Amino acid sequence: MSLEKFLQNALSSWMNHEGPESDIVLSSRVRLARNFKDYTFPTLFSHEEAKSILELIKKRLESEVNSEIGQLEMIEMEQLQALEKRVLVEKHLISPKLVDESTHGACLLSDDEVISVMINEEDHVRIQCLMSGLQLEKALQLANILDDWLEEAIDYAYDEERGYLTSCPTNVGTGLRASVMMHLPGLVLTQQINKIIPAINQLGLVVRGMYGEGSQALGNIFQISNQITLGKSEKDIVEDLTSVVQQIIAQERAAREALVKTSNIQLEDRVFRSYGILSNARIIETKEASTCISDVRLGIDLGYIQNISESILNELMILTQPGFLQKYAGGPLRPYERDMRRAALIRERLNLDTKEHS
Amino acid sequence: MICQECNQRPAALHFTKIVNGETTEVHICEKCAQGKSDLFMDNGGSGFSINNLLAGLLNIESNFQHPKANSFPKTEEVRCPHCQLSFREFVRIGKFGCATCCETFNKQLIPILKRVHSGNTAHIGKIPKRIGGALHLKKQLAEMKDTLKTYIDQEEFEKAAEIRDKIRALEKRVHAQGEGDES
Ligand SMILES: [Zn+2]
Ligand SMILES: [Zn+2]
Repeated sequence: MSLEKFLQNALSSWMNHEGPESDIVLSSRVRLARNFKDYTFPTLFSHEEAKSILELIKKRLESEVNSEIGQLEMIEMEQLQALEKRVLVEKHLISPKLVDESTHGACLLSDDEVISVMINEEDHVRIQCLMSGLQLEKALQLANILDDWLEEAIDYAYDEERGYLTSCPTNVGTGLRASVMMHLPGLVLTQQINKIIPAINQLGLVVRGMYGEGSQALGNIFQISNQITLGKSEKDIVEDLTSVVQQIIAQERAAREALVKTSNIQLEDRVFRSYGILSNARIIETKEASTCISDVRLGIDLGYIQNISESILNELMILTQPGFLQKYAGGPLRPYERDMRRAALIRERLNLDTKEHS
Repeated sequence: MICQECNQRPAALHFTKIVNGETTEVHICEKCAQGKSDLFMDNGGSGFSINNLLAGLLNIESNFQHPKANSFPKTEEVRCPHCQLSFREFVRIGKFGCATCCETFNKQLIPILKRVHSGNTAHIGKIPKRIGGALHLKKQLAEMKDTLKTYIDQEEFEKAAEIRDKIRALEKRVHAQGEGDES
């Protein structure tokens, strides 16, 4: 299969849309955790109960879904092969937990893969909406529509005082987890990130990053999400997170500007060295690839590199993971083969853009 | 550094999680990381901290209890009547077994909820549309009955009669909602 065709099938179509602030915010996600009244929660429920949860959802799917939601396809974990499941995990549509630990686990997917609903994961239902750029409010709106549609026919476990009841005490109340993925190379390069993270924590938000050796975040990508689900309305949770994210965006932009002013040539050198590695390497590990992809994306944002599309960071971060590499290769790969494949795929992907432009 | 999950392979990934200013470092090998490395999924992270937190709370509580163990009921003995989960088991797995658990462990739960949710214990967000319709009315009804009592105490009988009629009308609506979907 050609890479172009593979990409069309492999990437969620929401990734083609450039959301607001998408030069810094890669994606926004909203998740609502819900459980059904009178059913034991997934940690303790029986096979029969798990099955009846699935049946309830199937039955609900028989009726008309709101037009804003569109068609939802149900995929049961049992029907999938290991590699297919892994690819869904790498696309962030389902969790490893749903794959490895669920009983009668399943997911509902919309065509554009904006909506994914996990069934029988940690909670009976987890409604998730994933959008490009900073669009938390829109994602919440859509999640609410789907939530209301389910609730029309199914009684939720809800307590007047505690709100929506969930398996984990950290989700009780709204059951809402809102999060954004941010690309923050400017704040990392200017070493401001270490000061900013504790400040964000003080606001009741959680920051996560994948760290490589030397404690540099993998690909300079950070996830910021709300910690509190009780005592705050959904609207406030999303608005507060959005306003913090907007401040971080402003700081990241300022850091980039300062970098260009003070060390333009060094920055340009760094970007093009990374570009050089990506376009020429024959073997590349995840960590090096992430760093270089981050540099190239920064180079695109700053206008150093012109003939490559911005979506490359989002795309390659997903495509260079083991599951995707093996899917593209059409079979299992050993770690060193993956590094070769990864290098080849990145070269091909870069070629795709430069060919289009020349 | 050796992977802290399997204690076999060298740790390749160093995951740092910062929750409320507390930093937790997790060092794992590539294989063990496959299940955990998903940044988008929140459940990879929250599990760690809640278990530690709950275990810590139980320890604190049992320490406090120790000197006068007789005067306190043993919290570990509380068991959910619906799913049979004991409080001790709840602390170990960090998860409720069912909706009734929340009620059963209510007393022990309050300090935990406060820790996790910055001092909050009450939900002020969304109310489900269907069950919620009645909930909204119930709240309104309670408030109106309070007002009625005040009017009667103040001997403002005209106003009292007015609000009593409103209460009756509302009660009819609550009754109707209980039977069918009205909203
Ligand atoms: Zn390991
Ligand atoms: Zn229970």
